[in-house]
Amino acid sequence: MLRIRCPWCGERDEVEFRYRGDATKLRPAGDADLAAFAAYLYERDNPLGWHVEWWLHVAGCRQLLKLVRHTLSHEIHAVLAPSDEVSLPTAEARR
Amino acid sequence: MPAAPDTIPTHSRSERESSGGYSGWRLLREAITGHRGWSRAWAKPAPRPRYRVVIVGGGGHGLATAFYLATQYGITDVAVLERGPIGLGNVGRNTTFVRSNYFHPQNIRFYEFSLQQWEKLEQTLNFNAMVSQRGTLNLFHTEAQRDLFTRRANQMRLLGVDAEAVSRERVKALVPLIDLDNGRYPVLGGFLQPRGGTVRHDAVAWGYARAASAAGVDVIEQCEITGIVRDAKRVKGVETTRGFVGADIVCLAVAGHSSRLAAMAGVTLPIETHVLQAFVTEAVKPVLDVVLTYGPSHFYVSQSDKGGLVYGGGLDGYNTYGQRGTLPMAEELAASAVTLMPGLARLRVLRQWGGVMDMTMDGSPLITRTPVDGLILNGGWCYGGFKAIPAGGITTAHLIATGAPHPLAAHMGLERFASGHTVDERGAGPYPYAH
Repeated sequence: MLRIRCPWCGERDEVEFRYRGDATKLRPAGDADLAAFAAYLYERDNPLGWHVEWWLHVAGCRQLLKLVRHTLSHEIHAVLAPSDEVSLPTAEARR
Repeated sequence: MPAAPDTIPTHSRSERESSGGYSGWRLLREAITGHRGWSRAWAKPAPRPRYRVVIVGGGGHGLATAFYLATQYGITDVAVLERGPIGLGNVGRNTTFVRSNYFHPQNIRFYEFSLQQWEKLEQTLNFNAMVSQRGTLNLFHTEAQRDLFTRRANQMRLLGVDAEAVSRERVKALVPLIDLDNGRYPVLGGFLQPRGGTVRHDAVAWGYARAASAAGVDVIEQCEITGIVRDAKRVKGVETTRGFVGADIVCLAVAGHSSRLAAMAGVTLPIETHVLQAFVTEAVKPVLDVVLTYGPSHFYVSQSDKGGLVYGGGLDGYNTYGQRGTLPMAEELAASAVTLMPGLARLRVLRQWGGVMDMTMDGSPLITRTPVDGLILNGGWCYGGFKAIPAGGITTAHLIATGAPHPLAAHMGLERFASGHTVDERGAGPYPYAH
């Protein structure tokens, strides 16, 4: 069970949230070529390790959150607002 | 072939051939001679420095690909490299269902071909895989679900695949424990594929490993890939924990970890990795002799030959490489089980486990060439990898041997995403966690 510390609501169970995917993908400029759009829409790094991702607090404040979470240990390093800068943990990814 | 440098005992090919086939007569003969004639089911060779084809991943698809390469395409200079022992990955973690009840014609044809291979698998492999065509029954609970299933069943029948509408009364006859009027989600009827069923998953891994080994393939366990060697254009081989192994063609069959292996060759895939869980209860006398799926939530259940009820559900919903169970899913599935069959509340759950899935952006698999020449990918199986093993093996072997996609798997190429030819069974869009 993940416990996510929402900056607006406090710590809540994962069942209140919905995962919304990789938050590092940025929409290409409007005049970018098709390959850039295909990569944006479909390709994912899918790392084993720290992952920056969107979560929607759907059964709470309904804010979109940016999480830094480990994809093996599920440790949550940071819960941020969408526009916040992300810094990945420097220590070796814990197993 | 150089002598094995490790301590794992090996059998020569002639020893294996002389060990004979498996049969009732063989069992009887061995029984009266003290079971001294059995030998190891597959050889334990050390990796040679070079093969024509190296298959990474000794799961169902990797072993099946090697088996069909050797037996149908005449390529026996093949190694299957497996990180751990055979049978401990997803091939031994699934809920063992086989069926072909899809909607898209490409999917129906592919999975129906697979089901036809399952029907003769034991003769093909000379191994008892306990193929049990007990029927797959999908329940519907609303008029809209009825329409959706009727459309799917009609599509299947148009392509010559068995599908039947089942009345409420017949659902009750097929599943006596069911609560048809559970208050919230009354059962209106069902959609049955009589030829669907279950197969003993461990036996599938063991059967393919034994048959591939007997056909001349080197099945190499405890050999983890640490890197993929390529030049600007072409793959050259793989670095492993047991040294470099060169190859003309490297095939990745590591669903769950495809992204990580492809990244070793500099390829990014349209995949996220998610955990799918399964559960088994204590064993009871026969109470359920179909594979049953419940409409309101994502829940499916069957009874194993040992008597335990094996059940599972959907993804946890966030990407993870953790091969373990979680509590929210345990709660959700227990609630589904008890709503569907209240009697199950008396059972205790013995085990809960997880396997990690390659979830693709359209919910359909990948049997494809990659931007690196000679690097072939069999992956992206989402929930459907187990039932696809025979067809996945044959079509991947075809792609490796001929360089062209098998007609039944032509829609599974990597290029379908950029060109807009996705095969999205659920119509959920490019969200891997939604398929």
